[in-house]
Parts: sequence; C-alpha cells; structure tokens
Amino acid sequence: MMESLAIHLLLLFGLSPLLSGIIAKTKALIAGRQGPPVTQLYLDLWKLFRKDMVISRTTTWIFRAGPVVGFTVPVLAAMLVPFGATAAPLSFPGDPILFIYLLAVARFFTILAALDTGSSFEHMGAAREATFSVLVEPTVFVAFIVLIRVSGAFSLNNMFGAVTTGWLLFSPAGFSLAIIACCLFIVLLVENCRIPFDDPNTHLELTMIHEVMILDHSGSDYGLILYGAAMKLLLSGTLILNLLLPFQGPLILDMLIFCGGIAALAVLVGLVESAMARLRLLRLPQLLIGTTLLSFFALILLLR
Amino acid sequence: MTNITSTILMTVLLLNFLILGTSRLGTCIRVVALQGALISLLPPLIHGANIHSYLLAGGALILKGGLIPWLLFRAIRKVRIRREIEPRIGYISTLMLGALITASAFIFADRLPLLPEHLHSLFIPGAFSTLGAGFLMLITRRKAITQVLGYLIFENGIFIFGILLAEAMPLMVETGVLLDMLVAIFVMGIVMNHINSEFSSIDTEHLCLLKE
Repeated sequence: MMESLAIHLLLLFGLSPLLSGIIAKTKALIAGRQGPPVTQLYLDLWKLFRKDMVISRTTTWIFRAGPVVGFTVPVLAAMLVPFGATAAPLSFPGDPILFIYLLAVARFFTILAALDTGSSFEHMGAAREATFSVLVEPTVFVAFIVLIRVSGAFSLNNMFGAVTTGWLLFSPAGFSLAIIACCLFIVLLVENCRIPFDDPNTHLELTMIHEVMILDHSGSDYGLILYGAAMKLLLSGTLILNLLLPFQGPLILDMLIFCGGIAALAVLVGLVESAMARLRLLRLPQLLIGTTLLSFFALILLLR
Repeated sequence: MTNITSTILMTVLLLNFLILGTSRLGTCIRVVALQGALISLLPPLIHGANIHSYLLAGGALILKGGLIPWLLFRAIRKVRIRREIEPRIGYISTLMLGALITASAFIFADRLPLLPEHLHSLFIPGAFSTLGAGFLMLITRRKAITQVLGYLIFENGIFIFGILLAEAMPLMVETGVLLDMLVAIFVMGIVMNHINSEFSSIDTEHLCLLKE
C-alpha cells in the first residue's frame, strides 16, 4: 500500500513531464531538427513556478480554481489506476465511474476558468472542449464496460489485474481488447490535445481548443496547468499500457517495462503527430463517434 | 485472437467501418482492395493446401486485390474526382447504421440453423455484415464510383459466405462468379464514362432528371 503509493507519486510527479519532452524530441528528429532537450518541460516548470502572476481584474476565484483543480484531479485519478504491476493505492468496486468523472470535473473547471475571463476568444475554446469531451466519454465508458465484462471485476485494479496476467493478443477476448486499446489511444490523443485533434504548439485562432482556454493564465498557475496536462498524458497512457503489456515478473522488471512502454507510447504519439495533419474541426465528431461505435463493436464481440 | 482466420475476418469487419466512414475515394478503393486481398487468403486457410483452393485464392487475389482497384483508380483519374461530397445520408449516420447492421448480423447468425462446425465461427456474421455494408454503400452514396465500390464490398461478403461452400462448389462456378464481377466492373466503368460525358459529373442524381 505505502509502497505502491510511493511508486505512484514518484512516477506521476517525476516521470510525467518527461513524456511531452519525448514527444517534442521525436517530432523534431523526424522533421530533421535537433529540437529542445527532453527535459524541457522540467525547465519550463521551474521557470514558471518562480514567476509572478498577472490576473485580470474581471476574474473571480474560479479563475484561480481552474488550474488548481486541473493539477489535483490527475493526482487523485492516478490513485485509482494501477501502474503496471503496482496496484492502485485506492480501490473499491465502481471506481471506473469515479475515475471518469474526476477527469470530467477537471475539464469542467478548466472550462469554467476559461469562461471566467470574459473573453469571447476563450469562450470559443471552452465550447469546443465541452463538445469534444461529450463525444469522448461514451468511448471510455464502453471501454470500461468491455473490461468489466472480460475480467468480471468492478474496480480498475482488478480489471487491469485480470487482463494483464498474460499476453493479451492470445486470449479469446484478445480482439476486443485490441480494439479497446486502439480506441483508448484515440481518446489519449483527444484528451491531451494531440495533433489530429488539436495542435498543442499552435496559436492560431481558428483551430485551438485547449491552448486557447489557458491563454490568460500565467506564472505558477500556468505551470500547474502544464504539470496537470503532463500527468493526464501519463494517466491516459497507463490505461493503454495496462491493457497491452503483461506484468508478472519481479517489481523492478515490471517498472522498467512500464517506463519503457510509456516512453514508447510517447514516441508513438510523436510519430502520429509528425505523420498526420490536423483534421478539420467538422471531421472530429465523426472520428469520435467512430471510436464509440468501434468500442461498441468490441462489446458485441464479447457478448456473443 | 484465436487463429489467423478469425483475425482476418475481424480485420475485414473493421475495414467495413473504415469504408463507410471515409469520404476520400482513393482511400476507399485502397481499403476495398485490401479487404479483397485479405479474404482471398481465406480458402487455403480453411480448406487446406490443394489446387482448388489455391486457384481460387490466386484468382481472387489478382482480381480483387489488383486488377479491379487498378481499373477503378484509372476511372477516378479519368473522371477527375477525389472525394465523395455529401452522400444521401451523412457519414456519421452511415457509420451508425453500419454498426447496427453488424450487431444484427451477429444476432441473426446465432439464430440460423448452422452446421456445428460453423456455429461459433465468425464467417456467417462477417459475411452478413459485409453484405450489409455493401448494401448501405449502394443505397446511400450519390457518385456512381462509390456505388461500384459498394457492389464490390457486397461481392466480398458473398465470397466470404461462399468459402464455407467451396468444397461443394465446383471451381468453374466460382471462377465464373469472379469473371462476372470483372465484367460488371467493366460495364460500370463504361456506364460511368457515359454518365460523365453526358452530365460532366458522375453524380447519379442527374439520372432522375432524364427526359426524352
């Protein structure tokens, strides 16, 4: 219990800023540039946390609450998810629902904070974020239903524990799980504002979703947002890795596999970002409904 | 993923969704070609290595995976279109209908009086949902070329169904069916060219306005 808590916190706070560094590095290498160092986000955070904030006079406490909730919620949600073979510190039947709604709370507060600035530009981003989060949620729910069906357990800990006791692809439910893993990867791209859905590096009015909502935040608030986003990326990646990799060996080996897997996932995200252009905004709901249908399909396969 | 056959069939099912959801004709043709190539691998896997199944697989692979896609690519180069714009029913609704059809194919297949060895295989639901996806393409799209693609997917479904009977059916019949399909594609290509030269687009909607 204490051990798993320590590992969770260590990975979450220590490793998560590395991921966006790996993604950026992969993109830079593929584009033939040298790119920023992998540890860039640590440096950014260090800089941001020492800075003063500039806060608009029209905002209320909600504007400050947004980043704080956006930072604490991934930490809380991470307590419910097993990291590889390390069991989750908190676990009870029905925690997948709490997990999903915790992330929804974070998004809700980000949206509220964006609305609180009173800028119509940020409202636009908030509206988009709300739309896409509505479309993402069914996919995650159906994915968890499939996992519950496969494992017969109702807590994330047992769900993933039952799934990861062997190589996934050779189990009878393998195909459903593979589909679910693909759907969760797309969810990862949406939730973390990655390229086919949203470009984290652009500042172009017409296309921004997440970036536009946090434009008014500065200093340590902005640092909290970046840190929270990095942890959310680690969290979404964990869901996929728990599905795909078998964890049975000694703890050290499992942790190494886990860290390697999450780095590989970051490289994969980087590859996707380099290979794809951002989709048109109108096409995004279509893709998200497609993933929902795919996860339903995985469920149908299990039910027959 | 129990064995190669069911993996192939699952991939075919997933490709159905991809075809229903995409608006780019090039992608559509490539995916249909991939689907055809995949299912042409099935006969040797099911019926073992004999001349009959190899001939069938080879013929299907050349026709479905090579010749017909090449003809279709040539056709879209000639009529200069890249994507299907505004199908009769939107892409999202088509996808949903496709999912519905797939689900009902699974339910329906479980209720059929099948031989015990076919009872829990993916062949029957796979065949039915591919048939359904082909029908959906035929009904919902406006451009003649996507309708041809729908017809091809439909034929893929029949092929999957036919594999179960491949031992009972003489080779002659099957090659006949494959050739029929090729001829049909040729005819459709010619028809498409005619529609194109008449209306300067291959939108079949214009055919509703024909006068003497």
